[in-house]
Amino acid sequence: MLERTGIPTRAELEEILPDEKRLEEGPVAIFECFREIPCDPCYYSCPVGAVKEFSDLNDLPEIDYDKCTGCGQCIAGCPGLAVFVIDYTYSEDRGLIGLPYEFTPLPREGEMVMALDRSGEEIEKAEVIRVRQNRKQSNTPVVWLALSKENLISVRHFHRMEAGDSDEE
Amino acid sequence: MRIEDHPILNFNRNRRITFYYNGREIEAWEGETVAAALHAAGVRKLKKSLHHDRPRGFFCAIGNCSSCLMVVDGEPNVKTCVTEVEEGMVVEEQCGKGDLRAEM
Amino acid sequence: MWRNSAGRVICVQRCDMAVVGGGPAGLASVIKAAELGVERIMLLERDEFLGGQLVKQTHKFFGARDEYAGMRGIEIAEHFQERIDELSAIEVKKGAVAQGFYEDDVLGYTHQGRFKKLDPERLLLATGASEKMLTFANNDLPGVYGAGAVQTLMNQYGIIPGEKVLMIGGGNIGLIVAYQLLQADVGVAGVVEAESGIGGYSVHATKIRRCGIPLYTEHTIIRAEGEEEVEGAVIQKLDDDWQPVEGAEKRLDVDTICLAVGLAPIVDLAIQAGCEMAYIPEFGGDVPWRDEDMRTSHEAVFVAGDAAGVEEATAAILEGELAACAMARDLLGEKSEIMEEKTRARDKLNVLREGPVGDEIRSGLERMRRDIDAGEDRYSHQSRA
Repeated sequence: MLERTGIPTRAELEEILPDEKRLEEGPVAIFECFREIPCDPCYYSCPVGAVKEFSDLNDLPEIDYDKCTGCGQCIAGCPGLAVFVIDYTYSEDRGLIGLPYEFTPLPREGEMVMALDRSGEEIEKAEVIRVRQNRKQSNTPVVWLALSKENLISVRHFHRMEAGDSDEE
Repeated sequence: MRIEDHPILNFNRNRRITFYYNGREIEAWEGETVAAALHAAGVRKLKKSLHHDRPRGFFCAIGNCSSCLMVVDGEPNVKTCVTEVEEGMVVEEQCGKGDLRAEM
Repeated sequence: MWRNSAGRVICVQRCDMAVVGGGPAGLASVIKAAELGVERIMLLERDEFLGGQLVKQTHKFFGARDEYAGMRGIEIAEHFQERIDELSAIEVKKGAVAQGFYEDDVLGYTHQGRFKKLDPERLLLATGASEKMLTFANNDLPGVYGAGAVQTLMNQYGIIPGEKVLMIGGGNIGLIVAYQLLQADVGVAGVVEAESGIGGYSVHATKIRRCGIPLYTEHTIIRAEGEEEVEGAVIQKLDDDWQPVEGAEKRLDVDTICLAVGLAPIVDLAIQAGCEMAYIPEFGGDVPWRDEDMRTSHEAVFVAGDAAGVEEATAAILEGELAACAMARDLLGEKSEIMEEKTRARDKLNVLREGPVGDEIRSGLERMRRDIDAGEDRYSHQSRA
């Protein structure tokens, strides 16, 4: 159970994942928000209105996947750091994931990092493709990693393997 | 130990301050409290308990619990967690309930 | 300034509204009151800075976007400070420590080495709450710190509390501070929670789990180890009756033990004011009874924020605004703007507390209503007949 382990069950995940057809079409946002809490910044963070308006502040976010472009603005908008963007179409053999990363130092673009799953287990080495930070979103950095497609559903964090500062600062 | 690089916060460390703890010179920054500066210098034990001489440090760090009382510039029972360091301040471990008759 | 009958100056300062406590509830209340036209407002804050717990909160707040959701606590504190600077009706005294509320409704406080007296028409107590302690062997060793203390050290002074921390308590505070420790590059050995599941928002737990931090549910700490300071901790599994399971002990190598086991409202001034008190476990302990407008049983005294019941910052802000509207109504009359703002604040509080997250608070409010009816009151000297 989520409250006991801090990790969603397969069933809980399946409730919030877009269908396979949409996942294969291109980048899409994954909202790993499983419990009703009073919270609505995600609605305001989406530039194309893919997050439906909340009728009740405690509702879980509802996403219109036809509208979602996978731009990733919602990643930094979520106070719970629970939103990710995955892209199965990034390249022939690799997928792309955008995730929030509020740690320092930030990785450099091109750097190899160790991708971790929801329990902090090491999954595979991933390449840092992009690092973005926006003052309008309280400066939550978003890091985009390229990794194997089959791990897009399980990788949700990473740690750096190299020492030294990012050039991005 | 002080944090130099933080993902969200910037710490304004502008002016160096030197104060004394049990005869030892301690480096601090303006704006730090005595308890915080001592902590950064590796001093976590601030006093002994009244009856059993057990080592004690601070607990709440915002002036509620009185676990951090020390003698500051001769004055006993000073809450070091909410007292800012000053240049040349003399901080000493307090014995028991403190001597209120001591000259300031 | 008054002069007594002998012509001597009596130094009691009068004001329309006084607030004790410059945290989110107090700050929101003085700003709202000034915006509604209350004129002589005094804010007393015992620290040398405003913001209370806000200045230590580096995470982005939840709630409604209209009520600061998405902003970090430190940003909200800065925003309030800027707003107060713009409002001339508000006088702020930092380093001002309330000492007592006397029978003649005078508030005594110390400031800059002097004892001063204040006679407010209306008084808001926004004094917050303080850390609770947990019983275990050697819980008094240096290195056993409240969660707030760890935040103060790390986020205010930029000083790390230790190399490896064990977090006791899986409510929001324990989970959030565990994450903040990771952000400060401090090792976290785990989060220990006596219940079968974490009590805080699950997103706070998922954030630390993906960093590899273990969650020890149905465990408690039984012993801290160390001679002069914390060098280790022993935790033990609990059975369904909350009893330690024989043989299910685990020793962890840590130098700091952080207690996030709950907060208790700071209510001394309310007791001194003769306010009727109620023991509400859902609120953290003894709180002054208060009505829907945050008014206590003393007509001139209001309460808001954690002092009224431990909840969280957004609720504190809204309660502060609600109390300000009620006090403004007392002072300026039932102007439509005041009444509208009061309804708005009350409605937003209800929305905030509507969902599953608000179950505990709603239960506490209900208990308070019943307690009063049952005549339970342990502090007041007045009968309620």
